[in-house]
Amino acid sequence: MKNKRWIVYAACAVVILISPAALNRYWTDVLNVIGLYVMLALSLNIILGHCGMFHMGHAAFYAVGAYTTAILNTAYGIPVLWLMPLSGLLAGLFALVIARPIIHLRGDYLLIVTIGFVEIVRIALINNIFGITGGANGIFGIDRPTIFGMKISTPGQFFYLIWFFVAVTIYLFRKLEHSRFGRALNYIREDDVAAAGSGIDTGHYKLIAFVIGAVWAGFCGTLFAAKMTIIAPESFNFWESVLLFMIVLLGGRGSIAGVILGTFLVIGLPEIFRQFATARMLVFGVVMVAMMIFRPEGILPPPPRTYRLDGDTGPEEAA
Amino acid sequence: MTLLHLENLTKRFGGLIAVNDVSFDVPEGAIVGLIGPNGAGKTTVFNLITGNYRADSGKIVFDGRPINNLPTHKIVSLGIARTFQTIRLFQKLTALENVLSGCHCRMKSGSIAAMFQPPWQRAEEQKALDKALSELRFVKLAEQAMNLAENLSYGNQRLLEVARALATEPRLIILDEPAGGMNDQETARLIDTIRQIQARGVTVLLIEHDMSLVMKACEQIVVLENGGKIAEGTPSEIKANRRVIEAYLGTDEE
Ligand SMILES: Nc1ncnc2c1ncn2[C@@H]1O[C@H](COP(=O)(O)OP(=O)(O)O)[C@@H](O)[C@H]1O
Ligand SMILES: [Mg+2]
Repeated sequence: MKNKRWIVYAACAVVILISPAALNRYWTDVLNVIGLYVMLALSLNIILGHCGMFHMGHAAFYAVGAYTTAILNTAYGIPVLWLMPLSGLLAGLFALVIARPIIHLRGDYLLIVTIGFVEIVRIALINNIFGITGGANGIFGIDRPTIFGMKISTPGQFFYLIWFFVAVTIYLFRKLEHSRFGRALNYIREDDVAAAGSGIDTGHYKLIAFVIGAVWAGFCGTLFAAKMTIIAPESFNFWESVLLFMIVLLGGRGSIAGVILGTFLVIGLPEIFRQFATARMLVFGVVMVAMMIFRPEGILPPPPRTYRLDGDTGPEEAA
Repeated sequence: MTLLHLENLTKRFGGLIAVNDVSFDVPEGAIVGLIGPNGAGKTTVFNLITGNYRADSGKIVFDGRPINNLPTHKIVSLGIARTFQTIRLFQKLTALENVLSGCHCRMKSGSIAAMFQPPWQRAEEQKALDKALSELRFVKLAEQAMNLAENLSYGNQRLLEVARALATEPRLIILDEPAGGMNDQETARLIDTIRQIQARGVTVLLIEHDMSLVMKACEQIVVLENGGKIAEGTPSEIKANRRVIEAYLGTDEE
């Protein structure tokens, strides 16, 4: 049962990795966009999926990362990939500052406040805050990334750059899930009074979940800026946040495989059915309602964690 | 020696005085019962001890240290663990992970250690796992380790809450109606478990409706009515106390 799942995962990974060979530039680029959304949605999954906080402002952190990279690259010529850690750090700091006062808010209130944040950030960018964001036109002329002197510019090259980071993210987040930290987030999601009663500092963990999610969104911002070479406030609007939110709920809260599948469905399918583009909202709406009724846990909810136990507690726990 | 000392505790909810000037001590190593009719304020006293509510006035001292204004997780790490009157397990997680939550406050590894898993982190996880399993064995639920909490019987869910509380390595465990919803057989097993908890050196404070359990298990009993303490003493003293009898007869008539 468990092995079977791993075979499926491995097969999917291989198919994705060799697919650029069979795809034209356009479809390779679609995969690149999907890769970016996978990374973003996985970072939101920490906050929304694992910790259960209704955060609909993730695009704000993505924007901080993208603008950090864009501004420092265009103004000082610092190579974009070098700016990735800093972009993540600043997005994380930003999250620390804005999340601290709102972290204790209950689900629906948090939702409203985070929607507010993403709008504030977008409007601040449009209004050319500090005179460095370029207003509504945004920032252009961002350099392409280089790796060991090789310039990354074609969709095929970006494919391997982006999916490399996706792979690293999956690897690290899988470990994060299977740890004291990951469990603490789940306890909080299930019942935060019981979590506190079991000795967990709920406020602290909620904040750290926010910061980790934001740091990763900041990393994604760097990749996005490098891929586009031009960024504008409209790339970080409320709709982006909603899409990410939907991906996590649809795919399965707290499930890496679910979130990846959810991204292919929410971002990939509309590309395939382009002729029905106008019906997109309607389809999403219907699908979400159907999900909430028939499969509220998402398409691929996470299986329970397994643990390696000493044989003396019964046969069923073989990890 | 006094482990827990409550002094003139008062808690109001709007106009209602849920706990009114209550004082009592819990000696180290004892099993103390807190009884009283429904709505007497027993659960509220527990919520004050564990920091879920803040007292309007009065003092709570644990092991010589005032804990009035500490957050719940700090109080747990100082050594007070609890169970809830209405079961509050993590229903969608396994029994094992429910108990692991109790181990949390005795562990150190954070998010970065989780991502890179150095040897000390893996050793810590293994230790927590062993601890959680041994607590499951203690309440005889080891075979259920990998079952979701929601799939356990009601009595077993109560025991699982006890195991989760014990995993925090408490010096004082407070149990809110642990026999609630249990049949006679399960209750007998529970009394056994409570005695074993005491034998481990953990002090027990419990709220209970089942008088036979209270009389059998507790060495000392505190009685609340309408938020105030009306009696305190050994089981035989409480059985003979006029005010206690009146209080209980009063609720029977309702
Ligand atoms: N959070 C609360 N808000 C308002 N009233 C409360 C709250 N908690 C308890 N009460 C009231 O305080 C009184 C004591 O309740 P409780 O401590 O639960 O009693 P017991 O556990 O002895 O049955 C009851 O009248 C109850 O309605
Ligand atoms: Mg009660």
